[in-house]
Amino acid sequence: MLLTILTILLPFGALLAGWQLDGKSSDNPDGASLAPGLALDLQGGTQVILKAVTSDGSEVTPEAMEEAIGVIRQRVDANGVTEAEIAAQGSQQIVVEIPGEVDDETVALISKAAQMKFRPVLTIGNPTPTVQPSADPSASGDADDEAAGDEAAEGESAEDGSTEGEEAPGGFTEEEIAEQEAAVEAATDASDLSQITPSVQAAFDELDCTDPQNLQGGGGDRPDLPLVTCDQTGIAKYVLGPVEVDGTDLSSASSGLVPNSNGTVSNVWGVTLDLNSDGARDFRETTERLFPLESPRNQFAIVLDALVVSAPSINDPITNGQAVISGSFTQSSAATLANQLSFGSLPLTFQVDGQNQISATLGSEQLQRGLIAGLIGLALVVVYSLFQYRTLGLLTVASLVVAAAMTYVTIALLSWGIGYRLSLPGVAGLIVAIGFTADSFIVYFERIRDELRDGRSLRLAVQRGWVRARRTIYAAKAVNLLSAVILYFMTVGGVRGFAFTLGLTTIIDVMVVIWFTHPVMELIAKVPFFRDGHKASGLSPDRLSSPPRYRGAGQFTGRTSAGTEDEVVPEPERELVSAQSARPAPRVTEDGRRMTIAERRAAERKAAAGSADAAQPAQNEEKH
Amino acid sequence: MARGGFAQWGNDLYTGRRSYPIVQRRGIWFSIVALFSVASVLILVFQGLNLGIDFRGGSEFTVSGASTTDEDVAIDAVAAVAPGEEPHVTQVGGNAVRVQVSELDNEQTDRVAEALADAYGVEVSEVTSNFIGPTWGESVSLRALWGTLAFVVAAGLFMAIYFRAWRMSVAAVVAMLADVLISAGVYAVIGWEVTPSTIIGFLTILGFSLYDKMVVFDKVRENTDTVLEQTRSTYGERANLAVNQTLVRSINTSVVALLPVAGILFVGGFLLGAGTLKDISLSLFVGIAAGALSSLFLATPLDVALREREPKIAAHTRKVMDLRAGLVADGADESVVAAAASGSAQLVPGTHLGQSAQPRRRR
Repeated sequence: MLLTILTILLPFGALLAGWQLDGKSSDNPDGASLAPGLALDLQGGTQVILKAVTSDGSEVTPEAMEEAIGVIRQRVDANGVTEAEIAAQGSQQIVVEIPGEVDDETVALISKAAQMKFRPVLTIGNPTPTVQPSADPSASGDADDEAAGDEAAEGESAEDGSTEGEEAPGGFTEEEIAEQEAAVEAATDASDLSQITPSVQAAFDELDCTDPQNLQGGGGDRPDLPLVTCDQTGIAKYVLGPVEVDGTDLSSASSGLVPNSNGTVSNVWGVTLDLNSDGARDFRETTERLFPLESPRNQFAIVLDALVVSAPSINDPITNGQAVISGSFTQSSAATLANQLSFGSLPLTFQVDGQNQISATLGSEQLQRGLIAGLIGLALVVVYSLFQYRTLGLLTVASLVVAAAMTYVTIALLSWGIGYRLSLPGVAGLIVAIGFTADSFIVYFERIRDELRDGRSLRLAVQRGWVRARRTIYAAKAVNLLSAVILYFMTVGGVRGFAFTLGLTTIIDVMVVIWFTHPVMELIAKVPFFRDGHKASGLSPDRLSSPPRYRGAGQFTGRTSAGTEDEVVPEPERELVSAQSARPAPRVTEDGRRMTIAERRAAERKAAAGSADAAQPAQNEEKH
Repeated sequence: MARGGFAQWGNDLYTGRRSYPIVQRRGIWFSIVALFSVASVLILVFQGLNLGIDFRGGSEFTVSGASTTDEDVAIDAVAAVAPGEEPHVTQVGGNAVRVQVSELDNEQTDRVAEALADAYGVEVSEVTSNFIGPTWGESVSLRALWGTLAFVVAAGLFMAIYFRAWRMSVAAVVAMLADVLISAGVYAVIGWEVTPSTIIGFLTILGFSLYDKMVVFDKVRENTDTVLEQTRSTYGERANLAVNQTLVRSINTSVVALLPVAGILFVGGFLLGAGTLKDISLSLFVGIAAGALSSLFLATPLDVALREREPKIAAHTRKVMDLRAGLVADGADESVVAAAASGSAQLVPGTHLGQSAQPRRRR
């Protein structure tokens, strides 16, 4: 019992604590607030207009736009259940509307170019510009390039010279490009160091990866030429060979614990890549060639938006198109990389064209009117349940209030925790949830009444009614929960928000019935007012008992079987819709002798023929 | 109904003293549902649903440097050029207004732009127009559709396993589909714009309908659990008793579920003019009412019709009917037969059970 109360109170405490410790304010828009966050249609938000640009200057096809919208939607949804609206505008623009204030980080994440390529590593260098002609490939061949870069950065950060490397990677003259093309042409394979022409070397030496300007990325790299670029965190710089595997060949990337050589799951986090058949073939060729090479040329770089995301070395040639990147990942860094990779198979880059505050798409006045109307409806629900269940209706109302409070707090908590936003469909879902939730109580009360009608005492009726109602409630709620879970995982946008609300209210509903309504019902079953079936209790035997019922073996149930009560409660008139009621047929003759079966049958026929004299139920002589 | 009124009525339904032949008259309900379904299909085919901007895309106008950002100004301006349109008006930044309407032809586009410039007191050049794609495009719709299909299949499987009778889950799913179809038909007749809210409303109906069928069927299951072990009443009669016994629950639940929705629909939608809530509340109102009705009048009779083809149950029904015919031939009291036919578990006073009621001799 204590545990139950604690469980119910826990979310309230958590919300209050969050409100105190991580309060929502203008400089902390993600903080906790006592009011749940509202979605775009109710609160307004920020509109970001993105312009799609292809890396090779070709026309943006409608298919590519469609895919771009899908990818952006995925990125936005990955942030939580925000119900952003995403639409194409004209032929090249995408409008993204996000509820509430949007920080630069989110805009950057959404508009981040998603061009992923796999390139072989030719050289790795320290992030700072160097004057020596040959950058010392000092970085270890460790799979974990970041650690390697860190090491190198620490070792030589003192050497930080002039920061002239303002030039963006790839800023070559036409002659230099022609020279590079020739070098690539002449190279034996993509890992051939002869591809590092003097101009590439110069660009590499000049490049300063500690300058944030060089870490913005920006696509536009020629896939058939070597690339000079930085690690996306700016801790190393690379010369990379031409593209060997296209990012679009990657079918999925996921993070998880890596299985070790004997097939059991280790405690090392990693990212698993799944390539399609083309990708698998290219990848096999690449890894077979890179595997025997010396470090760092046995590494391949995953390049997203012309920046190196990760440059693992190859431990074994990968022949089946399934690669695992492991290293010193944490759970979250593995998840981040997997996300970046799976979003990275799109041949478009985006420029932010404009960013504006927009108002709610629904007039706030209209919403208010709607809510008032909903409240009127709710008041009617209270009136109806009081009419139907008398005082017991108060328990329905109290349970609904508890459920509403828990839902409110949970939504407020979720809007703090995972950025859940309440939208109009969400509100509608909540209003319908009143029906679902109240139904649990109605099913429960009706089962109790059924037991009372069978002549059981209230305590017993509550016990047995609960067992029967519980099964029905669980089964029906299971269907609801099933639908919520499936819809949540299979759909996007508004439907997802709806599924979330449905699942949430279903769980809260079951919790309230088990932990509030049933215990309270058990308690009030002991209160004389209800136990003795007061007229206003909604459980009065007067209203619920049936006429005497014959249970066989000469026994009757029901409270009116005693002869004295018959005067007080007259035999209720029989209104029959279709079925004839069962009439007690005489069992004794007028002089009190027990009839034989034949006599009784005859009497029954006579009674059925229309003689309306309803004989009194016989007092039975018990034989045993 | 001398005492207790509704409660007494509930008592009578529970004991089977009063019984509505819902399962027995299933032909009527089936024809009514078939009629409505055919009508809905015809309406959907010939009239179709009026899909909104979110599904089809449309034209977007942006008025910069507007003197006021009042939304009604834009609504009136659009209504003057293209009556019947329901524009979405949004403030953008401090002094710009964005107006979205469903797709217009070039001439209309120009006239709306002029009207908007006029209404907001700016130059026509300050009004830019553009095509806006659907926010709820094909991919979103497809995913929603697949999600819904998966959920219906999963729910059907769950019911089949829970009730251990695939016919029951077929009956529930068919009845649920009829609910959604009829709701869509009603929506098409009224001709309101279909918005994402409407779709959410339909999904809610789907959920509610299955939920309600689950509750009613659980009562049917409870009543018919041991139906094969006795010979007094048939499966159909027991199921009919279940429907009668859940009648009070169904009425109470539907009223409680419908009251808030009705509040939004009638008070909000018509009296106070909260236009944007009317789409979802209408689909919900029709759907919840249809869902609750079809659990009683379509799903259960359909279940009986299907399950009476099950060999075991068919044989049992025949046996019960033969026995009853024998009873009648023996000149048994009509009331005995009728009580059995109402599915009631109640025994009839004055009727001896014969030696079957006697304790068995131990061997």
